[in-house]
Amino acid sequence: MAAITLTGLKKSYGNAHVIKGVDIAIEDGEFCVFVGPSGCGKSTLLRMIAGLEDITDGTLDIGGRVVNDLPPKDRGVAMVFQSYAIFPHMTVRENVAFGLTIAGDDKATKDAKVAEAARILQMEHLLDRRPSQLSGGQRQRVAIGRAIVRKPQVFLFDEPLSNLDAALRMDMRMEIGKLHKALGATMVYVTHDQVEAMTLADKIVVLKDGLVQQIGSPMDLYHNPANEFVAGFLGAPSMNFLEVEVVSANGDKAVVRNAALDPVEVPVRVGSAQPGQRARLGIRPQYLAPTPDTEPGQLHGTVMLTERLGSETVVEVQLRDKTPLIAALTRDAVFALGTPVNLGFDPAMTHLFAD
Amino acid sequence: MATISADNHGLRLATRYAVLVLIAIVFIFPLVFMLMSSLKPDQQLLQDTASLRAFLPVGDVSLRNYTAAFDRAPVALFIFNSVLVTGVTVVLSLLVCSMAAFAFVFIGWKGRDFLLTVILATLIVPFETIAIPLLLIASKLPWIGMDGLTWGWLNSYHVQIVPFIADGLTIFLFVQYFKDLPGELIEAARVEGATWPQIYRRIVMPLAGPVLATAAILKFLAMYNQYLWPLMVVQQEGYRPVMVGLQYFFQQNVAWGEVMAYLSMITVPVLAFYLYLQRAFIASIASTGVKG
Ligand SMILES: Nc1ncnc2c1ncn2[C@@H]1O[C@H](COP(=O)(O)OP(=O)(O)OP(=O)(O)O)[C@@H](O)[C@H]1O
Ligand SMILES: [Mg+2]
Repeated sequence: MAAITLTGLKKSYGNAHVIKGVDIAIEDGEFCVFVGPSGCGKSTLLRMIAGLEDITDGTLDIGGRVVNDLPPKDRGVAMVFQSYAIFPHMTVRENVAFGLTIAGDDKATKDAKVAEAARILQMEHLLDRRPSQLSGGQRQRVAIGRAIVRKPQVFLFDEPLSNLDAALRMDMRMEIGKLHKALGATMVYVTHDQVEAMTLADKIVVLKDGLVQQIGSPMDLYHNPANEFVAGFLGAPSMNFLEVEVVSANGDKAVVRNAALDPVEVPVRVGSAQPGQRARLGIRPQYLAPTPDTEPGQLHGTVMLTERLGSETVVEVQLRDKTPLIAALTRDAVFALGTPVNLGFDPAMTHLFAD
Repeated sequence: MATISADNHGLRLATRYAVLVLIAIVFIFPLVFMLMSSLKPDQQLLQDTASLRAFLPVGDVSLRNYTAAFDRAPVALFIFNSVLVTGVTVVLSLLVCSMAAFAFVFIGWKGRDFLLTVILATLIVPFETIAIPLLLIASKLPWIGMDGLTWGWLNSYHVQIVPFIADGLTIFLFVQYFKDLPGELIEAARVEGATWPQIYRRIVMPLAGPVLATAAILKFLAMYNQYLWPLMVVQQEGYRPVMVGLQYFFQQNVAWGEVMAYLSMITVPVLAFYLYLQRAFIASIASTGVKG
């Protein structure tokens, strides 16, 4: 059993406060993804869990033990690094068996465990090669093999796929997902790629500037973002934000408008709206669709650019008030550049941030 | 087009080789001169220096100078002493200095930056300035050896070895090299459960081939060429190293042929060591893929 609990965790380098008090509860067997922009402290947090960085303040509990002052080797974790960190002077077999060698396992045990790990990762044929004879994807497998062979309770991944090309990244992403199901271990995974976060996670932790923005399941975060940052970070293309004026407010509903938007009643998601106040209306590109002139609550603009992705067509529209707007339309939507367009949306699917 | 670039390439290669050959000649000719002169009687040796004959085995060539050198001084003993002192110092120095550098680079502890600065500062202190104080200390230190507890280190092997085991330059070389090793390798080993001594032995040292070779060569040359210190601390012939032994050939009138014979003989261990290390150096780069 290895739940991980971070309580009031802080990290400072001198006067630089990198992690500013973080509370996260990761359940046993959960796949938890830390996501956030570059420099937000994801790696630092992961390395604190691994024991590679000192904890300035707060407590870190792994499997019911406070491990603040334990060295990495006593925490029962395995880690996969962005650079793979495979030992260049050892064969793949020796690399994978390294932790077992350190633990003093005999040769027969080691061989059996290495063979098992190699089978799971389909790299039996690589065992006698040297790291310099491997491709990037193969090195990644070796790094993962070295992690799973000891059967630790907790796996830590720091952007393990960011050095791979797009196709390989998708393959490995799926494999890591399967691996999690097969092993049932607790996994903490750092990425700045929101697709990896959405597809892999049981629980996503969105970080910014060393603070937790929101914690929840991928769909929960997608549909109920707690603030504009989370709303803008998850989902691709990212959410559109329109500066609007509140015309009237009625409890959790408000009527908003701006120069390009006909008045429309939307739910207030964050804060409370007062008439005359300025607020931001978030609309995901997927929820926009061209509509006939006569419907209410429309956005008016001009098509600036269309990108055909095959499965959908992404259109950049310049609204009447000159703000840009991205719409993800059906694959056969056809627009000539410069054509005026009216876009409608379901008001229930919008996010009004009135704080 | 292809031929032009091929010609260009050939020309560049030829130039490069010409330069290398020239440099090799500059380095090799003194050695050749030494070897050839060691085979000639003094009078002919001095005459030949005026012409290219100095580099050729011509005239009255024999091994007489060698036998004379053996008669004059216990050459084998001096070479043995030097090889022993140098060899032991090099091995211990590589061990101690690499461990020190390991602690400085990989392990976080209070005061390490300050201490490293102090150690690096010793690089600018010439040995001559500390020679006398060091002599005073060494003459009073206790030692437990085969004769039990004795006081004063003079006239021994260890007085020539111990003061040179830890040295700033060697530590500095290791520190620089270790800093360039990917830190995630060490972190990965730590997470995998390795202790610091295990990381030192299984990860860092196997990757340290190039710096080991560099440090070994520098240390070897410095130790083999020791003169001032052994002159100060060794009065008994039994512990005397090769450079001090050179004195035997500079009494009253100098026998140049014998000097050349002696120098030729004491150069052999240096060349042997150098050639061995060169091979080890290349092998270590080839096997680890870490470039020095
Ligand atoms: N040793 C250090 N001393 C001072 N500041 C540091 C140190 N290490 C990291 N930082 C700072 O801590 C912050 C968080 O770094 P961290 O590596 O955790 O970011 P990250 O979220 O992993 O970013 P990325 O996505 O680029 O990997 C950064 O602003 C970085 O500059
Ligand atoms: Mg990072």
